[in-house]
Amino acid sequence: MTDVPVTTKKDWTSDQEVRWCPGCGDYSILTAIQLMMPDLGVRRENTVFISGIGCAARFPYYMNTYGMHSIHGRSPAIATGLAMARPELDVWVIGGDGDMLSIGGNHLIHALRRNVNLNILLFNNMIYGLTKGQFSPTSETGKVTKSTPFGSVDRPFNPVSVALGAEATFVARTHDMDRAHMQAMFKRAHAHQGASIVEVFQNCNVFNDGAFASITKKDNRDAMLIDLQHGEPIRFGVDNERGVILDDDGLARVVDVADVGVEALVVHDETADDPALSFALSRLASGPDQPTPVGVFRAVERPEYAQSTSQQLAAAQESNGPGDLHALLHSLPTWEVT
Amino acid sequence: MTDTAEQPTTAREISHVIVRFAGDSGDGMQLTGDRFTNASALFGNDLATLPDFPAEIRAPAGTLAGVSAFQVQISDHDITTPGDAPSVLIAMNPAALKSDLHRLEAGGTIIVNEDTFEDRNLAKAGYGESPLDDGSLDGYTLLKVPMTSLTKEVCNDLGVKARDADRSKNFFALGLVSWMYSRPLETTLDWIQEKFAGKDLVIAANEAALKAGHAFGETAELGEMRFVIKPAKLEPGTYTNINGNTALSWGLVAASQQANLPLFLGSYPITPASDILHELSKHKNFGIRTLQAEDEIAAVGAALGASYGGHIGVTTTSGPGVALKGETIGLAVSLELPLVIIDIQRGGPSTGLPTKTEASDLMMAMYGRHGESPLPIVAAYSPTNCFDVAIEAVRIAITYRTPVILLSDGYLANGSEPWRLPSVDSLPDIRVDLATETNHVGADGEPEFWPYLRDDNLARPWAVPGTPDLMHRVGGIEKQDGTGNISYDPDNHQLMTDIREARIAKIADTIPDVEVLGDVDAELCIVGWGSTWGAITSAVERMRAAGQKVAQIHLTHLNPFPKNLGDELRRFDRVLVPEMNTGQLTRLLRAEFLVDAQAIAKVMGQPFTAGELVTRIQEATND
Ligand code: SF4
Repeated sequence: MTDVPVTTKKDWTSDQEVRWCPGCGDYSILTAIQLMMPDLGVRRENTVFISGIGCAARFPYYMNTYGMHSIHGRSPAIATGLAMARPELDVWVIGGDGDMLSIGGNHLIHALRRNVNLNILLFNNMIYGLTKGQFSPTSETGKVTKSTPFGSVDRPFNPVSVALGAEATFVARTHDMDRAHMQAMFKRAHAHQGASIVEVFQNCNVFNDGAFASITKKDNRDAMLIDLQHGEPIRFGVDNERGVILDDDGLARVVDVADVGVEALVVHDETADDPALSFALSRLASGPDQPTPVGVFRAVERPEYAQSTSQQLAAAQESNGPGDLHALLHSLPTWEVT
Repeated sequence: MTDTAEQPTTAREISHVIVRFAGDSGDGMQLTGDRFTNASALFGNDLATLPDFPAEIRAPAGTLAGVSAFQVQISDHDITTPGDAPSVLIAMNPAALKSDLHRLEAGGTIIVNEDTFEDRNLAKAGYGESPLDDGSLDGYTLLKVPMTSLTKEVCNDLGVKARDADRSKNFFALGLVSWMYSRPLETTLDWIQEKFAGKDLVIAANEAALKAGHAFGETAELGEMRFVIKPAKLEPGTYTNINGNTALSWGLVAASQQANLPLFLGSYPITPASDILHELSKHKNFGIRTLQAEDEIAAVGAALGASYGGHIGVTTTSGPGVALKGETIGLAVSLELPLVIIDIQRGGPSTGLPTKTEASDLMMAMYGRHGESPLPIVAAYSPTNCFDVAIEAVRIAITYRTPVILLSDGYLANGSEPWRLPSVDSLPDIRVDLATETNHVGADGEPEFWPYLRDDNLARPWAVPGTPDLMHRVGGIEKQDGTGNISYDPDNHQLMTDIREARIAKIADTIPDVEVLGDVDAELCIVGWGSTWGAITSAVERMRAAGQKVAQIHLTHLNPFPKNLGDELRRFDRVLVPEMNTGQLTRLLRAEFLVDAQAIAKVMGQPFTAGELVTRIQEATND
């Protein structure tokens, strides 16, 4: 795309004052995206950010692109209509864990299932921020919040598991403390034809501060983040001393490489047709205090929804000719009155 | 169209007839009624239909709950309703007779499938003794025809199994009724060939049954029961027989052509609206995209997303769906984007009466959102009028950048009537401009785009993604007039609320004044909206023919009202409003114009009949 003008972060930044709490993880995600956009080779006018409701959902206001801050949970549905109507656009969908997994859970899974060409970024902070601190569908069981003074008895969703169960064709995870990793994941999501979902661990320093610190703090990352690399044995640790195997039941387990040998480690395959391996990996950690995989879990090619729709339109025009209103009106049996 | 059936000398000419086909849900009564209707349409009669079927796909066979009926009036002159009381009832089983006999006119004709009047079916219908034998039908002309066995007989010769032959008995009934009213068989024979193409045995069985029914009339010396209804003297033109949902779908296709914008339908299956989704899904060569969404909310959300992208976003549903879509419609009010919400009303509340008609969503359309969120409402008054109203709804939506609610109902959706096809050239041009350029100069002298800077209609620019230099953000949070930036300023919220209201009110500038029909100088005016038009028109005609002075006003635009409505209403001493609800338009008229409008309410899942309306109007005026 040689004719796309060269841009900088400034061109992608709107004139609106950013209104997140100081120190919120949303800032670093916004910066990562504003810095990344010039690299994508796309035009601002062909880029749309659509969000629902929540702290994360303010995101579109800060991008100098087209944008819609819609209503709670509905952004995947609205974005689906836009992407179907205008397949040439780059449509990004931004939302939090409450927006996308609670009130909008239905739209999220169906957008993924259909494989609409959307780049869905799910900012997971494991809490309701904008409504001031209730537990969310990703909060850990036992979470004490204003609405759960005796601890939450809800069992949380694992967003990556949900996405894989919903037939998603591209699923990745990253976190707000690593700009380069975020940008790599967002670029992959953008390049993917179909629905891509990236879970971003995002710190809400006001209502759930440090929720991911034990895995995302710089000092903890090597030991706690399992960086998935396609085609590579899955290893991590300060000295790469730990790894992941699949046991006889097909469950993923963290082991010491010294105990099992490198050959025993599972080789990551993000392109596997069957999501079983990706799913097993998504179950490795049941919370952000255990070694947690990040990176691309799954990236497979499937027909993209809007393209398939457009193809049906083109085929109909090919075989029936362009729509002829006069012919349509006369398509049922007619009679003449003289 | 020439009459290809031979005209026997015995056929008596009559001006019109009302026939009601009733049977079990599995008996194919809708299809039978539909074929009889189409043959009559092609013969040149005017007609109106009332399909009346249960919500269950197959309620227990033979029960009252499972009765499915189809009423049609055919006539040699212009008519507006499927008629009051049928003069002929075809009852395919005892349950059908039991449930529909009360509708038949005094002394009317009953044709029963005699084979089904045996103990088991009689018991299921709640008959102790067979009504065919106990003298209870003495006041009627009763024709007992062993349709099942006669059908099986002719099918047997073709090698069709008895069970399959049983399925063709509705064609026997159709053949017999076609004979009675001198309907040509050709159109039905052609249709059978087409419909069952590839299933030779089914074609043979249905054809044989149809012809056997016809021959039965001929040979059973039913001469005195044969009639002819001449073609109606309608305005010259090309006609087709069409139901409301098909007309509405075609209206949307036409609107897309006339606006030169692609159509996008987001929909979730719901009775009685699904047929619009089915119809529009067929016409992909018009560039129409249809999405069967995961739910009602996604359906309207996707439609709004498509509108944001420059398409005509439409969502089709019935009352329960509109309730679910409320929040998104509110967003469309705030975003000031085009959106067409089509509500094919049915009995409510909740699941209510899914297959029965009602028009009780007017208040929901007016007020069913939080906050001050006015939007325009239009209503169709006849099956064919659904075409025009669909175009009008789209015109308002795209011109004023607003969600529009179009109200139809189950009766219009499924009922059909002849339609004089409009020429494509006569359809309105409803094109609008999308924004292509910046519209403001900033303090720094640089050109800017202000998404909420308005035109003469108070409509904001429709700037769709992909347009260079017009990047902007919209959202459901209150925005500043002009810039569209988030604003919590109290004065601005007052201003924006006022503007949203004024913008909708301004639509009245481009809608026609109401026309007072009938006796303009009458003291009594009957005001209606929606599908009551046919019954009201017919009732007013009868009253005027009897020497009474009556005026009639029928509303297509329910918000805003036509500008002259208040003045016109105030001229009458008495304003009566027949409505298939408990008086929703009545309340709006009283609130808006301080006139003493009174409702004639009916919520029985059935449309008004003209006769019933005459009685109710007389009662109300005698008070
Ligand atoms: S409440 Fe939490 S998520 Fe929301 S802006 Fe503040 S820090 Fe960020």
